[in-house]
Amino acid sequence: MISRRRKFEERFFKVLMLGSTVVVIGSLLVILGTVVVKSLPALRFSMLVQTPKGGYYLGKEGGILNAILGSLYLAGGATLLAVVLSLPVVLYLNLYAKKASAFATVARFALDVMWGIPSIVYGAFGFVVMMSLGLRASLLAGVITVALLEIPIMARAMDEVVRLVPRPLLDASVSLGATRFETAIKVAARQALPGIVTAVLIAFGRGIGDAASVLFTAGFTDNVPTSLLRPAATLPLAIFFQLGSPVLEVRERAYASAAILTLIVLAISLVSRVLVRKYGRHTIR
Amino acid sequence: MAFLTGVPALLVLLMLLGLLGKSRPILALHSFPSLLFGTVWRPLKGQFGFLPFLAGTLGVTLTAMVIAVPVSLLTAVYLSEYAPRRVREFTKPVVDLLAGIPSVIYGVWGVLMVVPFVGHVVAPFFGAYSSGYCVLSGGIVLAIMVFPTIIHVALEVFGSVPQDLRDTSLALGATRWETVKHVVLRKGLTGIIASVVLGLSRAFGETIAVLMVVGNVAKVPGSVFDGAYPLPALIANNYGEMMSVPLYDAALMLAALVLLLVVLVFNAGARYVLVKAERKAE
Repeated sequence: MISRRRKFEERFFKVLMLGSTVVVIGSLLVILGTVVVKSLPALRFSMLVQTPKGGYYLGKEGGILNAILGSLYLAGGATLLAVVLSLPVVLYLNLYAKKASAFATVARFALDVMWGIPSIVYGAFGFVVMMSLGLRASLLAGVITVALLEIPIMARAMDEVVRLVPRPLLDASVSLGATRFETAIKVAARQALPGIVTAVLIAFGRGIGDAASVLFTAGFTDNVPTSLLRPAATLPLAIFFQLGSPVLEVRERAYASAAILTLIVLAISLVSRVLVRKYGRHTIR
Repeated sequence: MAFLTGVPALLVLLMLLGLLGKSRPILALHSFPSLLFGTVWRPLKGQFGFLPFLAGTLGVTLTAMVIAVPVSLLTAVYLSEYAPRRVREFTKPVVDLLAGIPSVIYGVWGVLMVVPFVGHVVAPFFGAYSSGYCVLSGGIVLAIMVFPTIIHVALEVFGSVPQDLRDTSLALGATRWETVKHVVLRKGLTGIIASVVLGLSRAFGETIAVLMVVGNVAKVPGSVFDGAYPLPALIANNYGEMMSVPLYDAALMLAALVLLLVVLVFNAGARYVLVKAERKAE
């Protein structure tokens, strides 16, 4: 027999757990709901296709095309750089290094530790590097800093999927006379492709949404960046600056900009889910 | 490829050295403890006391953890031990989305909802006055931001507890909750601590969202309804003028170095525990 007290304890904790889960799911809904509702008064198509005109920050005409394009360039460049640096690392860890080698353990550990470093520290470090190279706040400095931030996110996510490539598949490739490099590129990377693409998209989403790392390094401008050495506006900073304005219209545009950024991030996450579902079928299990 | 693989470890070292190098001018003039525990922050007079900012960071982080730890762990237990498959499959993407929302969006939401709620509802309820831009608001926003980190790691930890152990406990007549309490939580204890530490270090360095709702008052906060000024916010807010005041840039780089050191220690510790637990499970 289960005593009444034990039964009560069981129920009590079950209610608490359900409540907590509702809080977690509810937070997401409330955050998205608030941003969408608040963005409606100011959300205009013109915001997407115009750069800030004179008096924009006092409530006059214009849009945030500078920040949208700036963010896409910045996150795009950073993601490209991060892929070039992460993919070889992940393939090396899984195909070349021995499973329990000290080097592989240290490398994975370093990636884990990097994952935990706050973006403001990346920002400060990026600034230090920028100063010592004599660079100014620019798209290039932003790209490098955000790439540093993205590498651990991307590499860890890639590692998780490349690790799952079945050993016999790799052995079969090698026994057919393929070199280890060919096996890495043509078998392991292709087999894990959906997961790799997801990893890239997750990192891109992080990169496009991060404010603290670009604050020091990318600068801000009302123009669409035309060169790597010019400053670039970014969406998170555009939101941040507009929100600090005493003018109501400008604050409302901050909400609208927030909705645009949220939509971009949600779209990326949706695309990655669809891709996995679509291309996941072609992998050999 | 081997060289590239060594790069992350080198980078961490390089960051430490770079920030240390830039903060040397101020360390040459003042001792490290006197900077950490100094209470006066007047850059123009050359006084750089970090205590108000450390206290602000600790206050906001602890408030966040008090909210986030129970909620995240209970959710993780529910998802791993109780939830039907469909609920689990619905909730996991929700947690992922929560992790993917940019911090500036959390900040906007905090300004729109949390700040008025704390200022107009919570503080008056406790008979306190607050503008709403305070430690509690920062803590609430941060708590939601660390839900995904804790839930994610905790789910992995619970998943590594062998099913046989649960079955044995249930077969002996324990209720589900008793099984969780005596078997799952006990077996996964070190992993759970690691998940909490990872959440903590994530909260510790969060910048923009906190900066937007916490008030940025450079004083040691006396209660959760007081404004505070966390370390990351200090760095972010002052990058503009730091080049024009002597030693200011060194002071801010020292602040970044302190953040990096704390987070490195937390992360290294938590990861070490998790890697060890994983080895054991294999």
